[in-house]
Amino acid sequence: MSNGNAHAEGASPAHGHDHAHAHHPALQHHFDTMSQQREAGVLGMWVFLLTEVLFFGGLFFAYAIYRSWYYDAFAAASASIEILPGLINTVVLIGSSLTMALSVRAAQTNQRKATVNWLIATIILGTVFLGIKVYEYADKFAHNHVPGASFQFAHVPAPGEPHVEEPAAGHVTTMGHDEIERTTQIFFSLYFTMTGLHAVHMIVGIVILFIITWMAHKGRFDSEWHAPVEMTGLYWHFVDIVWIFLFPLLYLVERHN
Amino acid sequence: MSSVHVSPLSTYLSIFAALMVLSAITVGAAFVNLGSFNPVVALAIAVIKATLVILFFMHVKYSSRLTKITVVMSFFFVAILFAETFIDYATRGMPGDIPPPLR
Repeated sequence: MSNGNAHAEGASPAHGHDHAHAHHPALQHHFDTMSQQREAGVLGMWVFLLTEVLFFGGLFFAYAIYRSWYYDAFAAASASIEILPGLINTVVLIGSSLTMALSVRAAQTNQRKATVNWLIATIILGTVFLGIKVYEYADKFAHNHVPGASFQFAHVPAPGEPHVEEPAAGHVTTMGHDEIERTTQIFFSLYFTMTGLHAVHMIVGIVILFIITWMAHKGRFDSEWHAPVEMTGLYWHFVDIVWIFLFPLLYLVERHN
Repeated sequence: MSSVHVSPLSTYLSIFAALMVLSAITVGAAFVNLGSFNPVVALAIAVIKATLVILFFMHVKYSSRLTKITVVMSFFFVAILFAETFIDYATRGMPGDIPPPLR
């Protein structure tokens, strides 16, 4: 790039710009070294992720308040969700974090083919996650567990639990059928908002991964400059962390009965 | 030569294995009645998993001090969000005075 050349022309050795080797073509003129540029990029990405942590933090707080108010409804609604698809998705998403990390590592060590392959593996695992999510959402629609006019929620007794309309006597916070239905709807509103926004983040991530894979395929990255792979990795791992919290909070509220 | 820290393959694989084991423990623990400690255990395991991802997959362990502070800050701000809003909700009257809506 011409930027680097113009920069080198005006610099005298006394100014410290006289490197033994030529500037890396990806080095922007406002940075002195590649490591300084990389450091600034990582910091900027983390500042963005900070806003993302707060964005999801607000939703987790809403979850905490409503769960403390309507614990029975949250326990019943959570118990109606199948654990297995959620657990499979946990394995799939953490697996995709592994392939993403390995792709960054391959870029760090100049392995172009491996970078591309691990990125493709990440895209596939991300897509599998979304596919299982589609199955889960369809299941909610089939059971009328989607908040709205057609919402229905019947308390499903656990195996061995006697089938009674009202919760067991002696339970301080007994709720009638209407209240259970209204309050479980809050759980499912949070379920769809949180998993939905998480899924939107995954879709954005997969689109970015396609672009990065193409760039890696074209040989745009090397061990000195692979910032797009690294930043996409940070984003992808963040999305993984959100799921790490969502899984126990949505699927495993009260399973011991 | 690159100044970037390159973790050995074994690091990534063992972190992945640890995350899998912790996920299994999360599910297992949910089926054991620990009373009010069930959510505590679930969240503690989630925090450990998130920490492993941040330190090793996101390379924060090898990042500059400035980056580390930024990472800690993000969770510090969430702690402020939780603490101050909880104080608001917890002090809107004497306990039991104001029932939650919809009850």
